[in-house]
Order: sequence, then structure tokens, then C-alpha cells
Amino acid sequence: MMGRMPPTPSAPTGGSLRRGARIIATGFRRQPRWLAIAVIGSALYGVMTVYTARVIGHLTATVVTPAVNARRVTDDQLWTIAWELSIVVALNVIGVILRRVAAGLAFFNLNATYRREVTRQYLRLPLAWHHRHPSGQLLSNANADVEAAWNIFQPLPMALGVLVMLVVGLWEMFTTDLWLALVGVLVFPLLFAVNLVFQSRMAPRATRAQELRAVVSEVAHESIEAGMLVKAMGREERETERFAARTNELRAAAIEVGRVRGTFDPIVEAIPTIGTLAVLAVGTAQVAAGRITAAQVVQIAYLFSVLAFPVRSFGWVLGQLPQSLVGFDRLQRVLTARGEFGYGNRSLPTAGPAHAVAERVTFSYALTGQDSLGYAEAETPSEHFLAVDDVSLDLTPGSTTALVGPTGAGKSTLTDLMVRLVDPDAGEVSIDGTALPQVRRGGIPQSVALVPQQTFLFDDTVEGNVTLGEPHGAEQVRDALAVAQATGFVDALPEGAQTRVGERGASLSGGQRQRIALARAVIRRPRLLVLDDATSAIDPAVETAILTGLRERSAGTTVLVVAYRMSTIALADSVIFLDRGRIADRGTHAELMQRCEGYRTLVTAYAREAAEREAIAADEEPGDQGAVGDSLAGEEEPAR
Amino acid sequence: MSVRTGQELSTWQTLRRGFALSPELRRGVGVTIALAVVSTLGRILVPIAVQQTIDRGILAAGGPDPRLVTTLMLVTALGVVLAGCAAYLVNLRLFRSSEGGLATLRITGFRHLHDLSMLTQNAERRGALVARVTTDVDQISQFVQFSGLMLLMAVLQLLVASALMLVYSPPLALVVWLCFLPLAFVLRTFQGMVGRAYTVVRERVGDMLAAISESVVGAATIRAYGVQDRTAERIDRTVEAHRRAAVGAQIRAVGAFTAGQFVAGMTTMIVLLIGTVLATHGRLTLGELLAFLFIVNLFTQPVQTATENLNELQNAVAGWRRVIGLIDTPADVRDPGDEGVDLPRGPITVDFDGVRFGYPGGVEVLHGIDLHIGPRQRVAIVGETGSGKTTLAKLLTRLMDASDGEVRLDGVDIRRIRFSSLRSRVVLVPQEGFLFDDTLAANLRFGAPEATDDELHLAITELGLDAWLATLPHGLQTRVGQRGESLSAGERQLVALARAYLADPDLLLLDEATSAVDPATEVRIQRALESLTSGRTSIAIAHRLSTAEAADLVVVVDRGQIVQLGPHRELVQATGSVYARLHASWATQQTH
Repeated sequence: MMGRMPPTPSAPTGGSLRRGARIIATGFRRQPRWLAIAVIGSALYGVMTVYTARVIGHLTATVVTPAVNARRVTDDQLWTIAWELSIVVALNVIGVILRRVAAGLAFFNLNATYRREVTRQYLRLPLAWHHRHPSGQLLSNANADVEAAWNIFQPLPMALGVLVMLVVGLWEMFTTDLWLALVGVLVFPLLFAVNLVFQSRMAPRATRAQELRAVVSEVAHESIEAGMLVKAMGREERETERFAARTNELRAAAIEVGRVRGTFDPIVEAIPTIGTLAVLAVGTAQVAAGRITAAQVVQIAYLFSVLAFPVRSFGWVLGQLPQSLVGFDRLQRVLTARGEFGYGNRSLPTAGPAHAVAERVTFSYALTGQDSLGYAEAETPSEHFLAVDDVSLDLTPGSTTALVGPTGAGKSTLTDLMVRLVDPDAGEVSIDGTALPQVRRGGIPQSVALVPQQTFLFDDTVEGNVTLGEPHGAEQVRDALAVAQATGFVDALPEGAQTRVGERGASLSGGQRQRIALARAVIRRPRLLVLDDATSAIDPAVETAILTGLRERSAGTTVLVVAYRMSTIALADSVIFLDRGRIADRGTHAELMQRCEGYRTLVTAYAREAAEREAIAADEEPGDQGAVGDSLAGEEEPAR
Repeated sequence: MSVRTGQELSTWQTLRRGFALSPELRRGVGVTIALAVVSTLGRILVPIAVQQTIDRGILAAGGPDPRLVTTLMLVTALGVVLAGCAAYLVNLRLFRSSEGGLATLRITGFRHLHDLSMLTQNAERRGALVARVTTDVDQISQFVQFSGLMLLMAVLQLLVASALMLVYSPPLALVVWLCFLPLAFVLRTFQGMVGRAYTVVRERVGDMLAAISESVVGAATIRAYGVQDRTAERIDRTVEAHRRAAVGAQIRAVGAFTAGQFVAGMTTMIVLLIGTVLATHGRLTLGELLAFLFIVNLFTQPVQTATENLNELQNAVAGWRRVIGLIDTPADVRDPGDEGVDLPRGPITVDFDGVRFGYPGGVEVLHGIDLHIGPRQRVAIVGETGSGKTTLAKLLTRLMDASDGEVRLDGVDIRRIRFSSLRSRVVLVPQEGFLFDDTLAANLRFGAPEATDDELHLAITELGLDAWLATLPHGLQTRVGQRGESLSAGERQLVALARAYLADPDLLLLDEATSAVDPATEVRIQRALESLTSGRTSIAIAHRLSTAEAADLVVVVDRGQIVQLGPHRELVQATGSVYARLHASWATQQTH
């Protein structure tokens, strides 16, 4: 299960600190202004915190002790207390505001920047890359991992301010008394050391918890995606068990994280406290020896107590580091993903039907994946599956070619190759003499439209789904919907073509979605139109109307259509019969009917079936064969 | 049929309901709090040590007394260590109970998600729905890990610090309280603002995830139409909206935090002012006065931590609300559970009695369906796209419930049949069957976990699919890829069909289940199913009328009503009828 997760970054501390430094450097480079302001604010806060202790020590020595000893206090003395403390408090608060607002801006700006960059990669990388990565994982990359990577900038500015605070604080101690300073020199490095140990213990555990969070999320997404199946098969309990198993692993991992934190937090808290006690003990001895005053002991003890809490911010930074590393690594994997899908700079002609040619193309799928159902299986092989094998096509401009073949013959893969959704492993596809990889970015969709078997609709209006943002007028949209036989149901929608279709067109039926997808292709007046069984969810009468409409319009279009139906094949000038990834035969329908048995079996299956039934029925009910028999006459030998 | 957002719950109600849903959270909470008290007691040791050092050590009658102070400090250090041990135990117990509770919450939420009808599931953005059992719970977990403990300790520390202040000087304690009281009101205002701001942030996250998911799920369409730029713009808009909302929330949170910081500083000043006056009147020793400054720190730090973490709490509560909202959304299609009945095995009789159905807020799609299907009958439902055929199938599997009228199986109202019984007896094969990213064998076993490899092979053979299986590189062990995308759409349908067949139902519902399969294979499957389902009732929804030709009974649905009923041979002769028209069109397609 964990095998498919990215390699766990359990590198030694030195390595992870170095990589952490890289994240921090990247952050500063991308958001220099806001992070600089945050650090300056934080430094101000650090200095002012030390000065609070100093002012208190100073006031104790010069105002409070004399007043208590004199048993009276003057207005001047009270004013001194008021304004000296007011100033340090005000500056301290300003420092905090600067730090937090600026750090927040930097953090959210970084998130937004990286979300844009990651999704830009999703849009740029080839489809083959998408096939290799579960969508749940990609969603989590763009969401949770971005946040995890930059979360380190939430505590970091504070920690940098605390560094300033420590330097100034130690300076205060040294100028006050060497022995007290010695306590500080012991305590604060010890805190650092403890924090380092803490982080090295924490890293692998935090990583595992984060990985399991992603796994839980993937299982949930997949299972809900399969919601209808789960219901239809009554598998809710089993799915819940599957989810619960992962959730329980996550729970155990999170508790492990808690155990480590629970061990180190109290230690980190106790060290400065014991330091304070040591200051009091050592300080009393120094007062007894006449080296310092009581006020100075109070000042240093106070300093220890105000430093104790902020110093923990180092722990927060170090605690966040492993998760940031994992998040950042995952982002880097997306951002540096290879699988270039290069574009050339050539343009395709803009008018007239396209001349599309495939020369000896071969394509295989990598059979990878995960055992997401988690049933015990033997070692499952993982290799390549040859889907299209050495196929050559030449689609004459303006012609209509039917691509016919049994289920799993590689028809869809071939259509994907023709519109360059994927590039062939070997061979070349070209349009009007230009090899597809040489066409400039965006050039192919201007000439070519594919209507896939399974349609994808955007969470947009019907119109938006047809135009996809191109400047087509309402009239053109109506026209395209009419060709796709979609006018009827679209008009019945609450807001007509302006109705939003919901996420992935959830509010529409399969056939309705297919018709909108058809309109999407039609409105572009493509020079090459590829229909991959694009009417599978549409009933015959509607389909016939659509095909007729298409034929009327497709004078300037070369058409490649995956089809089983005679009526569709009848529209084609030639037929290609594909079987197991190879072209078994090609020619006109009549030719193939005559010489290709596989083809004949396939396309006449329904007719033969119907005829056989009629024959059986006729045997059973002699004398009742007239009308029905006539209506089906000729089906046995379909000829044009 | 929208899922509740949980917004209607107050914070208090959310916590109460949350604790009720996750009983682990309450378990052993008394001991944990007792340990937490011990660990917070450790924090007031420092002010006491300061007071003792000043009054009994440095300002001792006979001059400074280092020996006494050293002894005192060693004893205090021992106390600090004990408090640390208690803190460790608190941590561990809290993590155990909270993570246990959250795991329960997650699982309950997930289970309920599956209980919601397809109607509800489809009305929501699934990504956002799933987020409620993933990221929302993660949020609560993060809160517990980072802030929850701090918050608990802060509250206890406030109590303990107050007690110590009262011992030293009730008037000065009153001063501290009076200083912090206004803060409580200010913070409440801020809290409201921050809470609302985070609600907006979460909505923006949902929009953003939906937009991003299009770039992932719609990858093929985006490339085929070259709409990368447009998709990028759509994503950027939501990313920017989220950024703005998050920054807005952050600024409000900073306001709340710095208000606490400011009040804390001012309190130190006021305590020093009034404390000095009190000390000059002998109402307070110097040591006690200085100890007070340390106590104010003890007081301000938790208030700051509390305000800080109250923001996190708001966040976590918002997440909690959404999970609870999900869990408390009544399942509109409910399993009758123990009150329900089980159906005995054997071929099923189906009755529709005045059945109407309309989507909530939408138009009615079925207008009074009356239909009787006898046991062992093979029925084909035909009609134009959008005529309501699929709705009939969904009602029969209770993916949705009729808005009026009754659906009966073996004479029993379908709503009274226990899900466990219904699901094992009625199986629907939809047009787009979902495959899990696993091997073919694992997918086939989805409905029949105990089936052996031999049984899987047998089923494939019986359905006449061995030739197809032989084309797969690794047979049953072939991986189907994410959502089965390594297979073609037609192959996915074959898998879905075999999977349903393995589940061995008494009523098999096929909703365009072979629409993407080639004709020869389809005819072969149909033949196979005819013999295999001879002892069962089967209903097929199809637009390839070869299915109708083979059926005992053809039901023609048009615009939400049954317009024709009878065997193919009769219906096809009714000149001018819907069926005759459909069939003519179909026949033309086959013979052109």
C-alpha cells in the first residue's frame, strides 16, 4: 500500500535542514517584501520583549524599591512607571501586527502562486501523465501539499524575531552578571539541542501521518465516486470497512505523533523554568556577595520567564519542517515532471477539409495502478499493453471514414492519437502534411474536434459548455444545439442555454451530456471531426436525426467515426476494420462484407439475431409469420 | 436535497453533538483534567519562587540567605519535573481520545455519505462532500494536536493563577480581572468576525477545489478543445478569491491577537502602579508585588494563547459543524433497518402502482406509472432519451424514492424492505459502471467477495466473454487503471456486467449496460443472459431494440408515461405507435 507513495523523506537531520533551508530561501525569493516586513516586525517584537524585562528591572531598582522603603510614592514616580511601560508595550504590539499581517500575506500569496503553478502543470503535462496519477493525489497536491509546504512561514518570522530576542537577551545577561549569563548560556543552547532531537524523532512520524491523510482522502474520493455502484451492490458496509482500516492506520500514526510531542513539549517547557529557578538561586548568592542588586536578579528572572514561551517557536518551525519538506517535495515532483508534450511553431490551414494521415503508429499503455480495493492478490504484473499496433491511415479530405471493430480493439486509442491527445510510441500522425508535434500550441483544436465516448462537462452554463469561452453568438449556439438535437431539452431547462449544468453536468442524463458535447464540436466547424461512439447514449431516432444534420453540414469536414451501426457506416465512404490493435481490413462496406468475416459477423449481428428469432417464432407459430417477416425482410443480407 | 452545512448549530451545540458522536472524547476525561491541573500547578511555582526568594531570601532579616534559597529552588525544581510528567500523560491521553474520537467521526461521516441518496449525492459537488470526512476532520485533528491542549492548559492556568493572586492580594487580583474583563467582550466581537471570515474561506476552498478538479478530471476534454487557458483563468479566479478571503480572515485574527497583547502589557503597567501604591501602604511585600508581575505573565499568556487558539478553535468548529451537518442530514432514502422485512429468495414480482417522480424543485418526470412484471419475466423498457426509463431503474433499486405511489417487490412496499435484503436480490448495472483502480479480479469480486478464481472464470465463460478475456495481457490479474481507464468503455461495461452476474441477483436490472459494446459481443451476451436469467426476473433498458425483440414484454415509455405494453411482435404492428416508429428507425440503422 505505502509502496506507491512517494519515497519517504526520512533523510538525516542535516539533509532535511538543508532542504528546509531551500524551501525558506525559495519563499524569501518569491515574497521578499512581505517576508522582510514580517522579519523586521518580529525583530522589533523580540527587542521590545527583552526591553520589557529591562524596564521592569529598572523600575524596580529606581522607583518601586525606593518607594516601598520610603513608604510613600510620588506622582512623578507613578508617571515614570506609566510612560516607560506604555512605550515598550506599544512598540511590542506594533511589532506583532507587522509580523503577523505580513507573514500572513506572504503565506497566502505563496499558496496562491504555487496553486497556479501546479495547476498550470496539470494543464501542460500530457494526458499519459494524468493516466499515471490518481486524481485524488493531484487534488491533494494542489491543496493540502501546497499549504503544508508553506506552512513553515507561519511560525518562521516569529522564530527569526526570537533569535534577535535571544541575542539581545544574552547581551543583557552578560552585561548584568557573568554567573547569571552562564545559566543563560547553558539553558538556551540546551533548548536548541532538545529541539533538534525532537525534530529528528518527529520527522518520520509526521511524514507517515501526512501520507496516510492522503491515502484516506484517496479512498474516500474513489469510494464516493463509485457511490452508485456501492449502493447498487449494497457494499456500503464493506466500503466503510475499507475506509475504516485506513482511518485507523491514520489514527495510530497521529497518536504516535502525539506521543513524541507529548514527550518533548514538557521538557522544552521545564528547561527555561528550571533556568529561572537557577537564576534565583545563583542571583541570591551574588546579591549576598554584593555583586548585583535584587532588582537585577528580578530583571534576569523576568527575562527568563518572558523568553520561555517565544523560544518554543523554534520547536514549531522544526515541527513544521518535515511536513513542509514532504509537501514541497510533492510539489517539486509535479513542477519538475517530465513528459514534455512539446509544440512546434507551425500552423495548420484554416479552410477546407483536413487531410489526416497516420503512418505506422503504435501505442501501448503502461499497466500501473494500485490495489485500491485491498483484497489480497498475488504479485500483480505491471507492464505494457499494446493497444494500437503498426496502424496506417489516410483520411482523404472531405471523406467520411468509419472505424469499426470489436470491443477493446483499440478504436478509442486510435482516435486519441489522431487528435493528439497522446503521442504514438512509434510512427507519426500528420494533418495536411504537418506532423502533429510540429503544430503550435492550440493549433490542433482549431482544426480538429473530438467527441469522446464519455463526455466531460464543465461546471458552467449549457452555452458556456458549448462555446468553451470562444466568441460564438447565441444564434450559432442555437444552431449547434439544433444539429445535436439538443434544442428540445435545453429549452425545457429552467434558464434554457443559460442553465448551469452542475459539476460534470450532473443534472443532465448521459444522452443529454453527449448531445451538448456534440454541439461543442459542431459549433467549431472543425476541419477534422472525430466521433468516438459519441451517440452511444442517444436513442436511434435522435441519432439518425443528428447524423443527417451532421452530414448536411460536413461538406468542408473530414470525418472519422467509430461506429457499429449500419446507418452510421452507410454515411461513410470507406470503412476500416480494426481488430486487436491492428487493421484487419479496409475498403468500402460492400467489399468488407464480401471478404472480411470478422467484419460481417460484427455489423450484421443484430440483423442475424432478429432473423433467427423470427425464424424460431415462425417455427413455433406457423401461419403467423406474414407481416413481421416482411418488415424484417432483407436484414439477413444488408446491402447498399 | 442539499446536505446540511451545520451552520445552524451554535458553537456550544456543535461541541455537544460532536462529543455525542465521538464518545471516545469523553472517556477518562476526568483523569485527564486532574492530570492537567497538576501540570498547570507547575506553572505557578515560578512566581511563588520569586516571592519566596525576595521576601525570605534576599530581603531576609539577617541579610541574603543563599542556602535557604538554594534548598527552596531544588524543591521547586522537583515540583516542575513532576508537573512535566503530568503534562506528558495529559498529552498522551488527549491524543489517544481525540484521535480515536475523530476516527469514529470520520467513519460515521463516511458511512452516512454512502447512505445519502444519489439525488443528494448528485446535487452536491462530490469533492466538497468528501472534504467533510477528509480535510474538515484533518482540520479538527490539527487543532487538537497544536491548539487544543494549549487551550485546555490556558483555561486551567487562568484558574490556578487567579487562586494564587487571591492568596497574595485580593485587591490586586481584582485589578487584574477588571483589566481582562473588557478584553473578553472585545474578543467575543472579534471572534464573531473571525468565525464569519473563516466560513467564507471554507466556501472559497470548496470553489477552488471544484475548479482544480476540472483540470484533473477533464484533462482529455481540455486538451481536445485546447481550452487550457480558459481553464487556467477559471482556476486563477477561484485561487485569487480564496487568497483574498484568507488574508481577510488573517487580518481579523491579528486584530484579536494584538488586542490581547495590548491589554496584557497595559495590565502589567497598572499592576505595577497600583501594586507600588499598595506596597507603600504595607498591604503587600516587595516580593509579592514582583511575584504579581510574573503572575500577570501567567495570566496574559493564556489569554493570548486562548485568543490565538480560539481562532483555531473557530476553524476546527467550522470543520466539525460541516461533518456534523453531513451526519445529521437525514438520508432521504432510508434503510428500514430492524423494522424492515427480508424478502425470500426466488424470482421477483415487480409492481408499480401510480408511481410519480419529480426532482426536488424540478419538473415531474414520471406521471403515474402502473406496471406489473411477473416472476421470471424478461422485460425490455424502451423509449426516447429523457422519457424516464432510467428513473424507473433507480426507483427499483431505491437509489431514489418515488414522490407518490408505491413500488412493490413480491407485493411488499420497497421502502419496507431491508437494504441488506434489497441489495442482495436486486442488482443494477448502470451505463457507466465504475471500476476501482485494482485488478480485474478484484473488481469482479466487488459484489461477491468470496468468489474463487475458478468461479470468476466460469462467469466469464458463461457470459461468452472468454475470447475477450484472452485479449487482456494478464487475464484476471490485468490492472484496470484509475476508474478502469486502462480498459475501453465497452470493456468496462463487460466487467460491470460480469460483476453484477457474479452477485447472483434475483432481479437483474440492465440500464443501457451494453451500449458501448460491439454488436457481436452484445448479441452473444444477450443470448447468454437469456439462459442464465431464465430462473430470474430481468429488466433491460435499451435503445438497441435487439433487446426488445428478445424480451417477453416490452414497456414503451414516452414522456414519463407508459404508452405501450406487450410483446415485440404485437407492438411493432401497431402502425403509427411510438414503438413502431422507434423500431422502424432502429431497423433502418441496421439495414442501410
